[in-house]
Amino acid sequence: MITEFKGKKITSMLGILPENTVLFDDEVSNYSFPPNQTMRLKKLMGYDRHRLTKETTTVSDLAVYGMKYILDNGWISADDIGVIITVTLCPDHFVPHIGNIVQAKCGLGCDVISLDIAQGCCGFLVGLAQAFMMLEHTDKKVVLINGDVLSHKVSKRDRNDFPLIGDGAAITIIENAESKNIYYEMHNDGLRGDVLKIPAGGFRMPSTPETAKMTDQGDGNFRSLDQMHMNGSDVFTFVQTEVPSMIAEAFIREHKNIDDFDRFLFHQPNRFMLQKLADKVGIPYDKMPMDLVEKCGNPSGASIPLTAILNCRDELLSRELKCCLSAFGSGLAWGLMFIDIGALENCEMIEAPL
Amino acid sequence: MNEQILDMLKELRPEYDFETSVDFVMDGLLDSFDIVSICGMLEETYGIKIDGLDIVPENFSSVAAIRSLVEKSLGK
Repeated sequence: MITEFKGKKITSMLGILPENTVLFDDEVSNYSFPPNQTMRLKKLMGYDRHRLTKETTTVSDLAVYGMKYILDNGWISADDIGVIITVTLCPDHFVPHIGNIVQAKCGLGCDVISLDIAQGCCGFLVGLAQAFMMLEHTDKKVVLINGDVLSHKVSKRDRNDFPLIGDGAAITIIENAESKNIYYEMHNDGLRGDVLKIPAGGFRMPSTPETAKMTDQGDGNFRSLDQMHMNGSDVFTFVQTEVPSMIAEAFIREHKNIDDFDRFLFHQPNRFMLQKLADKVGIPYDKMPMDLVEKCGNPSGASIPLTAILNCRDELLSRELKCCLSAFGSGLAWGLMFIDIGALENCEMIEAPL
Repeated sequence: MNEQILDMLKELRPEYDFETSVDFVMDGLLDSFDIVSICGMLEETYGIKIDGLDIVPENFSSVAAIRSLVEKSLGK
């Protein structure tokens, strides 16, 4: 799908990080690999620390904490909100939905539309597109919640997956306003979906004591069927194949080039993959932040807004940045958005004792 | 260059015999994260940048394959 939106604007962004920080160095002994071999990955992949929630914390906990901060600090009032869109891979329950929990706990009216979307790495782009479409039908504001607590679903003895994972959430406020055209494209290929998968826990393979058993995957990593597995090699090849060509074709289609953008805010899988992507597309490293995994971990769909807040907060508060957003991952899905962001009314990163 | 590459492999995974394996990846001597590590070592040693599209298992299956990758990255 390739389309454009008009008259839509991001006006505020809030990042919510759990206060608990765990150092990569302290986890090296959890893995069944020689420490020097694991430490070699630290610099290349950008592993240093990640933010992890308590085991009992859910996405709605992060979202409610953030929404109350927004309401208490007068960013918007409850009456301003027409729609809550929640994008996550980590529902509190199958039923009820996170948006409804947020609506109730934050005292929002029953006329607020709530929509939960199951989406991973592309969650910010998918959520923004949905917000833009909803804004065609309301003069109120849309609250987009991106959040995940995927550390609960990744084995701590899985060196391929656990070091890069981080928990967190972002809340983005979107409204109707004068804006330049917003370019958007999104692609999906379910045939390759198994390369990022949590096999058990849904209706196809309910969780049982059997699916919870930790087994050696034959590569030195231990995980269960209840936990996430990523085929790193296939994901890497997917990203290097699909994303540069998508951007190149969009540049031709939209008569754009690298110099037309102030920032390239991409999903944050790891430093190595992002550097290879930047090299392939020809993006200068100083235009493309790559440090979210290093500082917070990869929080899936919240990665782009958290990267923006972490790296560009002051600029986003003071002026308009021409941004190229790109996300890629579970599904498999990959997408692109050209959007001007800023000057924002509010932009903050907060820590939650969750 | 072959010796240098072999030394890198031995440094990375000293527990394996790279001289008897016919395919390092298929034989389980290297996983995707080892490939990332080798890329880092090759880039540092030879001052090259390996194209992301070339970081595929078949280019790390043998010393000869890795050497070809380095030579390609050097523009030879």
